[in-house]
Amino acid sequence: MSGTALRLPWWADYILLPLLNLLLALLAAGLVVVATGENPLDAVVTMVNGAFGSGEGIGYTLYYATDMIYTGLAVAVAFHCGLFNIGAEGQAYIAGLGVALVCLYLDFLPFWLVLPLAIAGAALFGAGYAAIPGWLQAKRGSHIVITTIMTNFIAYAAMEYILVNVLIKPGQMSPETRYFAPNAVLPKMDAMFAAIGVDIAATPLNLAFVVALLCIALVWVLIWHTRWGYSLRVVGASPRAAVYAGIAPAGRVIQAMLLSGALAGGVALNEVMGAQGKLLINFPSGYGFTGIAVALMGRNHPLGVLIAAILFGALYQGGAELTFDMPAISPYLVVALQGLVILFTGGLATMLRPALVRALRIGAGAR
Amino acid sequence: MEQLDQIVPLLAATIRVAVPLILAGIAGLFSERSGVVDVGLEGKMLAGAFAAAAVASITGSVWLGLLAAIGVAGVLGILHGFVCITQRGDQVVSGVAVNILISGLTMTLGLAWFEQGGQTPPLPASARFGVVVLPFSETIGQIPGIGRFYTEVLGGQNILVYPTFALVPLAWWVLGSTRFGLRIRAVGESPAAVDTAGISVVRLRYAAVLIAGALCGVAGAYISTAQGAGFVRDMTGGRGFLALAALVLGKWRPWPTLFGCLLFAALDAVAIRLQGVVLPGIGAVPVEFVQTIPYIMTIILLAGFVGRAIPPKASGLPYVKDR
Repeated sequence: MSGTALRLPWWADYILLPLLNLLLALLAAGLVVVATGENPLDAVVTMVNGAFGSGEGIGYTLYYATDMIYTGLAVAVAFHCGLFNIGAEGQAYIAGLGVALVCLYLDFLPFWLVLPLAIAGAALFGAGYAAIPGWLQAKRGSHIVITTIMTNFIAYAAMEYILVNVLIKPGQMSPETRYFAPNAVLPKMDAMFAAIGVDIAATPLNLAFVVALLCIALVWVLIWHTRWGYSLRVVGASPRAAVYAGIAPAGRVIQAMLLSGALAGGVALNEVMGAQGKLLINFPSGYGFTGIAVALMGRNHPLGVLIAAILFGALYQGGAELTFDMPAISPYLVVALQGLVILFTGGLATMLRPALVRALRIGAGAR
Repeated sequence: MEQLDQIVPLLAATIRVAVPLILAGIAGLFSERSGVVDVGLEGKMLAGAFAAAAVASITGSVWLGLLAAIGVAGVLGILHGFVCITQRGDQVVSGVAVNILISGLTMTLGLAWFEQGGQTPPLPASARFGVVVLPFSETIGQIPGIGRFYTEVLGGQNILVYPTFALVPLAWWVLGSTRFGLRIRAVGESPAAVDTAGISVVRLRYAAVLIAGALCGVAGAYISTAQGAGFVRDMTGGRGFLALAALVLGKWRPWPTLFGCLLFAALDAVAIRLQGVVLPGIGAVPVEFVQTIPYIMTIILLAGFVGRAIPPKASGLPYVKDR
């Protein structure tokens, strides 16, 4: 491949190219807006205003971003080990069970004990569920993509069964648990700020956002600044080279999936223990798949994941606002845009590269 | 006689449920045997379902709807080909992108164009694939036992059912005995060898993804204009992944894939009827468990605990000429 073999300056590869790809995705989404009979530029203005124009908008944007930080990191960590984890959705769902069990049955404990236990519950259940495809990939060679697709469906069915038959609050129809006790719910950001005398808009944004930021730092240190993280990336880049270097790929594959699943579990923290205060059916609502777009756009770097997550959070919140102003446009537009982002920044990541190489060479020649 | 009352509807339901699985399964078969992994079957089916329902409701012609479905899903097949073959992008990423894109796009366009909560207007009987009455149904239907089988299982199905079942021997013959089919398989196992023989890897793989797209389109049209009467959000409901599972179960071969599709369809038909049934000794059967059996089976098979399923050698790998 002559196109990709050519060198580009780092900023062209890591910033310019992803931005151009994002632009293509946005242009394609603009065409979809045109097809609905609305003006795409008006739509952009409304969305930006809706996402960042008010304290409430920013709160919702960061609340959505929280879920995407968790799933984005989950997908990114697996990517670093050469694994494509499509199962973050199911892992987050199962993690919801871990959180709910703690919050339902250990709520006699004080909050400062429930919190670490719930975090552990989310991480353990998410990691445990991700361990199955991880182990099968490492030891039996089953392709992780297929197994994680299958484990998603098994998770949907299992959680439906558990919610409908076991954990459902007696005497109601909708499959959800009772509300958790106040000491088993994450404090909302507005309540926390009110405690120190600062007044911000009331939104579902909660403590899970702070935990997500800590996870970004944690992943950054683990992947780039430890021997373990290095060995993980070696396995991802070349399993054979890893073997020669004395690294056992199978172990790293399982460990990467454990970490990936634990991170996906963060969605349960944000939704079940944070925003909802109860376990309800289908709470991950596609965030596991959004994580793929977030990781691809963030180039699997924790900081990139943060930026991409906030962007997607803004798209979710802005998209919700859009529906009020432009009834022809639905929030599903954002789902379509996610697909386009995955297509352009993932599948077609290097499409523009040869052209960019040429353009930069011409630019350099002229100088 | 009472047993017959149970078995005949069960068989009829199995066939109805199996049709889109078989179409998508054979679609995946062509794509993956040529070396292009396709996790986007679900998205292409959904696009087909939407296109068929939308066109059928506007024109009133179910056949134009089918044509539109084949066209739209075919274009998506080509798009997948462009990413995987021409741009050598990641095949799984491309498939996932198609699934998510279509899930959002169908709802966005459906809401904007039809203003019925994302659904297309309900189709009248004239804009759907109706039931085919087989010849001599009246006379053969009188025969006890066989009669009901003839009118309700063999007959009493819509027109898309028959070509679907004919598709399996056709695929078996094409992939097993024709020049084109053998080349498709060769390009999925060893593209370099095919290239050395002076045959275009790119053209073969494009042909395969186009066939896969078209078949997914038919499957989608079946779901929205034969089984259903209009488009509903995410109405393919994971059938594309179930077909993928059947493909793994069938070890990427036509007849075993058909078997997998029929098995999963039968499980589905049984699961619906088991809802709330209390079996002696077991108690109420958890329907959710029956629904997961296909996925659990696929995992077990892939892991090689029982008869290992090995995908085509070159699947998932873009072909690079100068290496």
